Amino acid sequence: MSLIIGLGVILIFVILYQILKVGRLVGVAKGKDYNKIGTSNRVNAALFIVFMVASLGSFFWYSFVFFSDYTLPVASIHGKETDGLFWITMAVTVVAFSIISIIMFIFIYKYQYDENRKAKYFADNHYLELAWTIIPAIVLSVLIFTGLRAWNKITAEASKDAEVIEMIGQQFAWTARYPGKDKALGKTNFQLIDNNGNEFGLDLSDKGSFDDFKSLELHLPVGREVLLRIRAKDVLHSVYLPHFRVKMDAVPGMPTQFKFTPTLTTQEMRDKLGNPNFNYELACAEICGKGHFSMKMPVVVDDEETYAKWKASQEAWLKQNPDYMKYVPDNLKEAAKVIAGIVEEKETTPAQTTQATVAEAGTK
Amino acid sequence: MATTDIHIQHDVHHHDDHAHDEHHHGNFWTTYIFSQDHKIIAKQFLITGIFWALIGGCLSVIFRLQLGFPDMNLEWLKPILGGWITPEGKLDPEFYLALVTMHGTIMVFFVLTAGLSGTFSNFLIPLQVGARDMASGFLNMLSYWFFFLSSVIMLISFFLETGPAAGGWTVYPPLSALPQAIKGSGTGMTMWLVAMALFIVSSLLGGINYITTVINLRTKGMSFTRLPLTIWAFFFTAIIGVLSFPVLFAAALLLIFDRSFGTSFYLSDIYIGGEALPHVGGSPILFQHLFWFLGHPEVYIVLLPALGISSEIIATNSRKPIFGYKAMIGSMLFIAILSFIVWAHHMFVTGMNPFLGSIFMLLTLIIAVPSAVKIFNYVTTLWKGNLRFTPAMLFSIGLVSFFLTGGITGIFLGNSAIDIQLHDTYFVVAHFHLVMGSASFFGMLAGVYHWFPKMFGRMMNDKLGYVHFWLTFVGVYLVFFPMHYIGIAGFPRRYYSWTNFETFSGFADLNTLVSVAAIITLAAQFIFLFNFFHSIFRGRLAPANPWNSTTLEWTTPRNPGHGNWPGEIPSVYRWPYDYSKPGAKDDFIPQTIPYSETPESNLPHENELIKLEGEDNKGIIIGGEHDSHH
Repeated sequence: MSLIIGLGVILIFVILYQILKVGRLVGVAKGKDYNKIGTSNRVNAALFIVFMVASLGSFFWYSFVFFSDYTLPVASIHGKETDGLFWITMAVTVVAFSIISIIMFIFIYKYQYDENRKAKYFADNHYLELAWTIIPAIVLSVLIFTGLRAWNKITAEASKDAEVIEMIGQQFAWTARYPGKDKALGKTNFQLIDNNGNEFGLDLSDKGSFDDFKSLELHLPVGREVLLRIRAKDVLHSVYLPHFRVKMDAVPGMPTQFKFTPTLTTQEMRDKLGNPNFNYELACAEICGKGHFSMKMPVVVDDEETYAKWKASQEAWLKQNPDYMKYVPDNLKEAAKVIAGIVEEKETTPAQTTQATVAEAGTK
Repeated sequence: MATTDIHIQHDVHHHDDHAHDEHHHGNFWTTYIFSQDHKIIAKQFLITGIFWALIGGCLSVIFRLQLGFPDMNLEWLKPILGGWITPEGKLDPEFYLALVTMHGTIMVFFVLTAGLSGTFSNFLIPLQVGARDMASGFLNMLSYWFFFLSSVIMLISFFLETGPAAGGWTVYPPLSALPQAIKGSGTGMTMWLVAMALFIVSSLLGGINYITTVINLRTKGMSFTRLPLTIWAFFFTAIIGVLSFPVLFAAALLLIFDRSFGTSFYLSDIYIGGEALPHVGGSPILFQHLFWFLGHPEVYIVLLPALGISSEIIATNSRKPIFGYKAMIGSMLFIAILSFIVWAHHMFVTGMNPFLGSIFMLLTLIIAVPSAVKIFNYVTTLWKGNLRFTPAMLFSIGLVSFFLTGGITGIFLGNSAIDIQLHDTYFVVAHFHLVMGSASFFGMLAGVYHWFPKMFGRMMNDKLGYVHFWLTFVGVYLVFFPMHYIGIAGFPRRYYSWTNFETFSGFADLNTLVSVAAIITLAAQFIFLFNFFHSIFRGRLAPANPWNSTTLEWTTPRNPGHGNWPGEIPSVYRWPYDYSKPGAKDDFIPQTIPYSETPESNLPHENELIKLEGEDNKGIIIGGEHDSHH
C-alpha cells in the first residue's frame, strides 16, 4: 500500500519535472517574453469571480437549507438571550462580510492588468479613512453593550432559593452531589478523598454532609434557577451543557459556579423535536486526557413534581456507605443516622423531634 | 527626525569600511552552516520552517483521518506510528491528543514564528533599510542555532515511548504537570519545555537584532516614514516578541519547578492516581494568565509580518501606492499595543472574575477597528489598480480574504456572552485557523514567491504557482469553513471521536469533506515543494528587479554577496510606493531616484525637496515627513 503511494508520488514528480523541462524548451524556442502579461492573468481574474459566486452561493445555500441541522435547540432562559445576540452579530457580520468580499473580488476582476491603462495614483483620503474607522467603531459599540448587559446578568449572584447542585469532574467522569433535605452541601476536603467510597472527600464532622446524595445522572427542575457549584479533583475539566448554553471550567483548588434556568423538560423537548429518543447531555469541554471525548453525563430535566419525587427516592451517601459512620463525631452519630435515613424515624416520634435532634447536634 | 537620521550615517559609513569581497572566501562551514550573513540565516530559517510545516501538516492529516473516517483501518500507518496504532487498527486516543498538541506547537511557533519572522525579518530588514547586514551577525547566527537545537529536542520527543507532549498546545497545568494524568506529560513534556525555553532564547536574540537594525542601520535618507510596510511590520513584531516571550519563559520556568522540584505555583487540591498530592495554594489560572500574556500577542507576532508582506506585494502588483500608508502603520501600532491587553478573552469561562471578563471583552472588540481599517485599505489599494496576478499576488489576495473571513468571527468570540457557548468548540478552531493560521501561512508563501528571485537568483515557475494557489485557497476554505457549522452545532474541539454523544452525532458528512480537503491541500503543497527546490537549481535566471518594484533590495545584484551592495550603499530619496505616479515615464520610481531626476512627476512639495537633496553630500538628510500623504 505505502509502496504504491510512494511510487505514485515519485511518478508525479517525474512528470512535473518533464512538463517543466518541455515548457522551458518550448519557451526558449519561441523566444518567449516573460515580462509580457497575458492569458494567465485573465484566467486568474476570472477564476476569482467563479470562486466568489461558487463560495458565497454554497455558503448561503448550506446555511439556509441545513439550518436545523447545525443549530442546537435551546432550553434555558439566558441561552435564548445569547442565541439572540449570536444571530444579531451574525446578521451584521454576514452583511459586512458579503459586501466587502463582493467588492474585493469585483475590483480584482475589473482592474486586472491592461497595458493601455495606468493605475490611479491614490495614496490617501482622510475622509474615507475616518469613515471606515468610525462606522465599525459604532457598530461594535452597540454589539459590545448588548453583550455586556447579557454577560452581567448571566454572571450576577444567584438568587437565594436557587437549586444548588455540585458538579465534580475527574478523569473521566462527572459526578453530581445534591445537598439533600437540608439544602446545604456538606464541607469537603481533597485530603479526605479515598478509593473506597469517599470520592467527594466529604468531611463527616460537618452535619451538612449527612444527607448529601450522589448521582451519576444530572436531574434538573424545570423553570427554577439552578446554581451549579463546580470543582475538579485532578486536572482541568469544563462543564458543558450544549442545550442550556452553559460552559464553565472545573478547576482543582478553585471552585467555580454557573447559574441558569432550564425552560423545557426532557419530555417537552422530545415532543418539540418529534424525537422520542432525545436526551440532554453534559460534556467536558477542556482537554483532560485520554478519555476527554467520552466524559459524558446524562441530563434529565423534570417537572417540579417528578423532580421532587426523584430527589426523595435518592439514598443519602452516608446510608450507602455506612462504614463511614466511624468518622462522624460521637455526639452527632444519632442525628447522622436519622438524617441520612439509616434509621427510620420512629412512628411515635414526630418530625419535630428529629429537627430538635438536628438543632441540638448543630449547637454542639 | 533629522537628528536621528544624521546618526545613522556613521553606522552606514562604518559598515562601508568592510570590503564586501573579503567575505566570499569563507569555507563551506562558515558560508553555509555557521554563516553570519543574514541572507543565509534567512534561508536556514526558511528551510527549517518548511521542514516543520511538512511535519505539522502530516500530523494534521493523521488526526483528520481519525475524525473524517472514524471506521478506517489505520493498520497501514503502523510502520511509521508503531505502537500508537492499537491492535484493532485504530489511532490511540492519547496519541490523538499528542498529535493535536504537536500540530499546534509546531505550526504556531516553529513554522509561523520562526519560519515566517525568522525568514523574512532576516532577509528583508538589511536589504530594505539599506544595511550591509544585521546589527550583530553573530547573535543572528546564534538565534538560528538555538532554534535548531530547540527543533532537534522537539523532534526527538516524538520518538519517546511515552510520546510527545499531549496536553494541548497551551499546555495548561495540572494536565501538563502530572505524568499520572497523561503519558505525554512525562519526558515528552519536559522536552517540550526545554525546547520552548531554547526557542524563546532564539526568538529574543532575533528580535533584539531586528529592532536594533531597523533603528540604527538605515541608509542615508531612509527615514522611518520612508520604510516599506514590511519593515514596519517586522519592527512591531520584534517589539511584541521581546516584550511577551519572556513572560512565556517565566510561565515555563514555574511549570518546570512544579513538575520537577515540588513547588505549587499552579497546583492545588489534587487527588489523582489514588492519592492526594501535597500541593496546596497554587492556581492553574495563574498559568493561563501568564501563557496568554504571550499567547495573544503571539497571534500578532504570527500575523503582522504576513500583513506587512502582503501590503508590499499588493502595492507592487496593483502598480499603485498602498492606500493609507500612515493609517496602515497606525493600525499596526494600535494592534500591537492592544494585543497586550486582551489576553484574558481566552479565559471568559475559566472561572475568572466576571468583571474582568467585561473589561477584556471591551478591549478585545476594539481591536476589530484597526483590523477593519487594514482590510478597507487593502481593498482600496486594489481599486483602479492595474493588477498583475503573480503567484505572490494571488497568495496576498488569499490572505486578505482569510483575514476577513476569520477576523469577522472574532466579533462573536470576543463577546463574552456569546463565547460561553462557542468557547472550545470547532467555531474557535475555524476562527483562528483562518485568521491567524491560514492568513499567516499565505503571507509566508506570498513572501517566498515574491522574494525567491532575490534569495536564489532564479524565478519560480508561475504556472505551478497558480495551480498551487488555487488548490490551496479552495482547499483551506473547504477545510475550515464547514467547521463554523460544526462549531455552531456545539461540537467541542480536541475530541477523538463523537460516538459517545447523541448531541454530537451528526456531521459525519462534513467531517469527511473536511478531511478530504485537508488531504488535497497537503498534497498541493508538494507542488510548491517541487517548484521551490527545482527552481533553486533549474529556475529561469532572474532579472535584478523582476517585479518592477521600488524598494532597495531590487537594486542589489542578482545574487547579492555578503555586504549586499558591491559599492556604496545607495541613498534613499522617496517613499517606497511611487507606483504609477502621474507624469512619470515608468509605472514605478525606485526609492533611490532623487526628485531632481523626476521633475515631470514631482508633486509641488516634492519639488521643494530637490534643493535639499543636493545637500545630502554634506550630511543632512530630510525625513520624508510630507511625501506620503496628500
